[in-house]
Amino acid sequence: MDFAFSEEQEMLRASARELMNDRYPPERVAAIADGGGFDREEWPAIAGLGWIGISVPEEQGGAGLGFLEELVIVEELGRALYPGPFLSTVVLGLEALRLGRAEELISDILSGKRIATVGWAGEDGRFDVDPAPKVSWDDERLSGVKLFVPDIGVSDLLVIVGGTAQGAGLWTVDRDAEGVTWRELPTVDGTRRQGEVTLREARATALHIDGPASLERLRDRALAALAAEAVGLGSRAIELALDHTRTREQFGKPIGAFQAVAHQLAQAFLEVETARSLCYWAGWAVAEGTPEASTAAAAAKARAAEAAVAACERAIQTHGGIGFTWEHPLHRYYKRALGIAATFGWGDSLRARVAADLLDPP
Amino acid sequence: MDFRDTAEEARFRSALRRWLQENLPEGWGSPGYQEPEGEARVEFYRDWSRRLYEAGYVGLHWPKRYGGHEAPLTFQAILLEEVGRAEAPEHIGVIGLGMAGPTILARGTEEQKERFLRKILTGEEVWCQGFSEPGAGSDLASLQTKAVQTDGGFVVTGQKVWSSFAHIADWSILVARSDDSGDKHAGLTYFLMDMHAPGVEVRPLRQITGDAEFNEIFMDSVKIPADRVVGEVGDGWSVAITTLMNERANLGFALTSRLDVAFRKLVTLAKATGTNGTRAADDPLVRDRLASLWTDVQALRFTNYRAFSSFLRTGVPGPEGSVAKLFWSETNQRLTKTALQIEGAFAMLGTGSDRAVEGGRWQNLQLRSRGNTIEAGTSEILRNIIAERVLGLPKSR
Ligand SMILES: Cc1cc2nc3c(=O)[nH]c(=O)nc-3n(C[C@H](O)[C@H](O)[C@H](O)COP(=O)(O)OP(=O)(O)OC[C@H]3O[C@@H](n4cnc5c(N)ncnc54)[C@H](O)[C@@H]3O)c2cc1C
Repeated sequence: MDFAFSEEQEMLRASARELMNDRYPPERVAAIADGGGFDREEWPAIAGLGWIGISVPEEQGGAGLGFLEELVIVEELGRALYPGPFLSTVVLGLEALRLGRAEELISDILSGKRIATVGWAGEDGRFDVDPAPKVSWDDERLSGVKLFVPDIGVSDLLVIVGGTAQGAGLWTVDRDAEGVTWRELPTVDGTRRQGEVTLREARATALHIDGPASLERLRDRALAALAAEAVGLGSRAIELALDHTRTREQFGKPIGAFQAVAHQLAQAFLEVETARSLCYWAGWAVAEGTPEASTAAAAAKARAAEAAVAACERAIQTHGGIGFTWEHPLHRYYKRALGIAATFGWGDSLRARVAADLLDPP
Repeated sequence: MDFRDTAEEARFRSALRRWLQENLPEGWGSPGYQEPEGEARVEFYRDWSRRLYEAGYVGLHWPKRYGGHEAPLTFQAILLEEVGRAEAPEHIGVIGLGMAGPTILARGTEEQKERFLRKILTGEEVWCQGFSEPGAGSDLASLQTKAVQTDGGFVVTGQKVWSSFAHIADWSILVARSDDSGDKHAGLTYFLMDMHAPGVEVRPLRQITGDAEFNEIFMDSVKIPADRVVGEVGDGWSVAITTLMNERANLGFALTSRLDVAFRKLVTLAKATGTNGTRAADDPLVRDRLASLWTDVQALRFTNYRAFSSFLRTGVPGPEGSVAKLFWSETNQRLTKTALQIEGAFAMLGTGSDRAVEGGRWQNLQLRSRGNTIEAGTSEILRNIIAERVLGLPKSR
């Protein structure tokens, strides 16, 4: 048994943090979130770091590390509120292409040349696996509506998750192909924009996948990664609150000396740290493909998102008036945390699945 | 990071499982089994402790020269997990193994180690902890029990309270004030007190559950020889901190695996209980609560593991122990409360009623769980510790 990250993994974390501090300090993230969004010209630099293929084997042009390493990076990106398409392209898109053995597209993604995103939820906003949201596939043409497609504005390749009479499927479609219309939806969280895609007999390529099992794998990766983002940004929100409450004085002392303030932050710390434990466990289980991976990923995402949302709420409260302003960075952490909570299922719907795994005989 | 056992760990675990299966006391854990009471109960636990010791399952990571095995710490974690999972009886020396022993190992003299450690492991000598006083609980350093230096030793007079196991203890770790001229943290001295010495009187206290596991200890001019001081005279506070850190560090694994067992029993209860033809296990609100509790138990398990790896790296129990203790105690309260809610009106019936669900055990567990957020540092004190020592916030006092 060994429950700690290795020295190499810690070094990876340190370098990811340094890079984010350097290139995406809060002022830059604010400018991107409040302005025109992420500039796709900045994406190839991420490829240059070897992060895109971090968990792809070396023979296939990746870095040959694992999903845990990917998660370390994702946690740091969450901490920085990184506004680029990592979740959509690396955690979801690239893995979908790998599951479907789309070799050529894989190398374009790895090099940073193309950016892929995944259209999963249909008009009801549910990220279901079995049955997957309905699409129609007829004569090499795909039709359907996809909502909550992350980073649509910077992507050029769409991976569509859907279900037909033949079962679960994955398709690739060029975003700008004939029969495809898309638009960005005005999201509360400016650091991860969501889009709507309408396919009307669009030319698509079906990927050969292993039915619902492949979709489950994609979903579990997404859940573990969202948990890691939540843990990263939750910790950062607590740090901001600590910086503030150690120095802000009222009634002649730092407000952090009041237990009504301090205990809120101690509780936030407890919640984020226990969620972190779940997140690493889930990450390990997903990486190893152990039988509990799906249940662990659902439990971890549910808990981590709730912990991050609560940590941000406590941070806002303990900041007082300044925490309620647009000028202060805290609201962006809060909005991203809420976005994480709302995607791939809120805590209660994830727990419904956990309960089914625990209580209902297979 | 690898959550699986190594080959060596797996061998140890399966041998231990087999041993527990073959050696658990006759009838233990079967429905209707009654634990022996009074003197016979003490004998029962002493005998069980001796058998654990002889099988090589006590003091796994303690030095061989004091009866230990110098096994890797992971073996100790596995032991605590498996004993919890099997719902085996506990070793009688809870305080000796978890607090007195580690403190003597870390801070005691060679003579003290030779004299005391092996007998803790074998269960021959039982220990209790005499820290809390009527006027000093959370603010332990304000304690008033007096230790007056005489030639050859000390004479101790005062009162301790809430002392678990004192009614069966042979020895007590005791903190007393040897000098009241300065700061309250200075002038404390840490003693190993013979509970059979003249002047020591123990009075049991009845708890919320009706049981009497903890006691008052009255000390009237009790003589303690100089060689029963741990650390320096006047340095008792720092020795007491060693004890408290070990207390919290050791709790984790055993308690979490017991919680895991309790969770599985709660699931059984939810499947067996029904109203109007629907099982509690099919009620969406109950299901949500069960999923949440399961998540809590797993979070606790892996938080313990993480705390454990930082312990392996640094050798000293860290503040993560405070997080784990705080989270465990509140989870246990939520879990046992959920059982009562599932029972419905039957939650009114306790032990002794033939209509009680599962003999009223959940009622008992729920009541006992109220103590979890008070003993070994109240939840408020633990939040202070997290705020001040982990998060670096200014002191509230
Ligand atoms: C089941 C059980 C077993 C025990 N076993 C032992 C034992 O074997 N040996 C032993 O020595 N002791 C033992 N104790 C005693 C235990 O350590 C004390 O009860 C505990 O430290 C609290 O002290 P107190 O009871 O004096 O409460 P107080 O310290 O008076 O606390 C009362 C309330 O005030 C709060 N409070 C106090 N100070 C602060 C503060 N600074 N900030 C915020 N809130 C505060 C507390 O959190 C609590 O809610 C046991 C207790 C229990 C319940």
